[in-house]
Amino acid sequence: MASAKEMKSVLFGPIFANNPIALQILGICSALAVTSKMSNTLVMCIALTAVVACSNLFISIIRNHIPSSVRIIVQMTIIASLVIVVDQVLRAYAYEISRELSVFVGLIITNCIVMGRAEAYAMKSTPFMSLLDGIGNGLGYSIVLLVVGFVRELFGSGSLFDVQILPLASEGGWYEPVGLLLMPPSAFFIIGGFIWVLRTFRTEQVEPKE
Amino acid sequence: MEQYINLFIRAIFIENLALSFFLGMCTFLAVSKKVKTAFGLGVAVIVVLGISVPVNNIIYHNILAPGALDWAGFPDADLSFLRFLTFIGVIAALVQILEMTLDKYVPALYNALGIFLPLITVNCAIFGGVSFMVERDYNFGESVVYGIGSGVGWCLAIVALAAVREKLKYADVPDGLRGLGATFMSVGLIGLGFMSFSGVSL
Repeated sequence: MASAKEMKSVLFGPIFANNPIALQILGICSALAVTSKMSNTLVMCIALTAVVACSNLFISIIRNHIPSSVRIIVQMTIIASLVIVVDQVLRAYAYEISRELSVFVGLIITNCIVMGRAEAYAMKSTPFMSLLDGIGNGLGYSIVLLVVGFVRELFGSGSLFDVQILPLASEGGWYEPVGLLLMPPSAFFIIGGFIWVLRTFRTEQVEPKE
Repeated sequence: MEQYINLFIRAIFIENLALSFFLGMCTFLAVSKKVKTAFGLGVAVIVVLGISVPVNNIIYHNILAPGALDWAGFPDADLSFLRFLTFIGVIAALVQILEMTLDKYVPALYNALGIFLPLITVNCAIFGGVSFMVERDYNFGESVVYGIGSGVGWCLAIVALAAVREKLKYADVPDGLRGLGATFMSVGLIGLGFMSFSGVSL
């Protein structure tokens, strides 16, 4: 059994020190399109964390029985089945949000975080540690998404979780919303800025000059 | 005919998979350091999208859609919940077949595409294109046009980004922003440029 310290580093490491989005360039694909509203973002984060944690756990349990020549297909099948479960649960209990997320729930299958962690960690670690690694990477992904979602919804439409925080000028308030933030490209600027701030504090992540 | 041209243009410019739906971002950012490799990957994506969208269209409408199994004597069957599993399986199989065919009959193209072909299985642009095809209920003809069009759009976007990044090497970027950060910002700017097409209607 791994020591408490090691467990802690596996669980919390991916949040800042080894963030999947900011450092490993994984899982950006399905992430950015859902961040224009906090509620969608939060659902997406929970869904992704659940899928990556479970897929890490199951793949790790059967890792010694998977022939290496067909491992990608086996991993894909496990991940796709988990995503189907998540999709069905969302349709049953959160139909509105499931409609707004549209194809992006399905895109968790091809989210590189899930595949990447299965391949890089779950295939050679014990089930419990893999579960922790999955949760940790899910959290690292969530924190970036939530920051982006927070900025975009607060300044783009003056609200958080659909609750009006800044009164809009069009409804008699004082706040003029920044329409650009609701557009897709703004997510890139915010993530770029997030990476900049992160690397200002953690200078070891700065990329060397070419 | 007009609707197909319209769809083609829309898939390339207005609803660009990479820049307005953020699909295929991982490879988009990772393989865009040189124009030449970016172009190779772009061509591979066009080919795979152009084949996999129509093929999945046939499978969906004949097997998975609600009531589609009528021909086999199961008018009430609804297998649409299996679509994620089916699509990813079909894409993985197609990529594998394509790889083997190219290796045997067109070795020059196979060598040019090289490592990019297997990478494409996990490229969200392919899966995203297939999902959009189902969600927007395209028929077979539209799905062929949409598959190729969105592939061309993705290719265009990655070549543009690679060209920008090649020049960006000479820029004096702040330390924390160098590399990934600056790339994100450039993608955002290219995205803004592509947004100007959104007013175009045919």
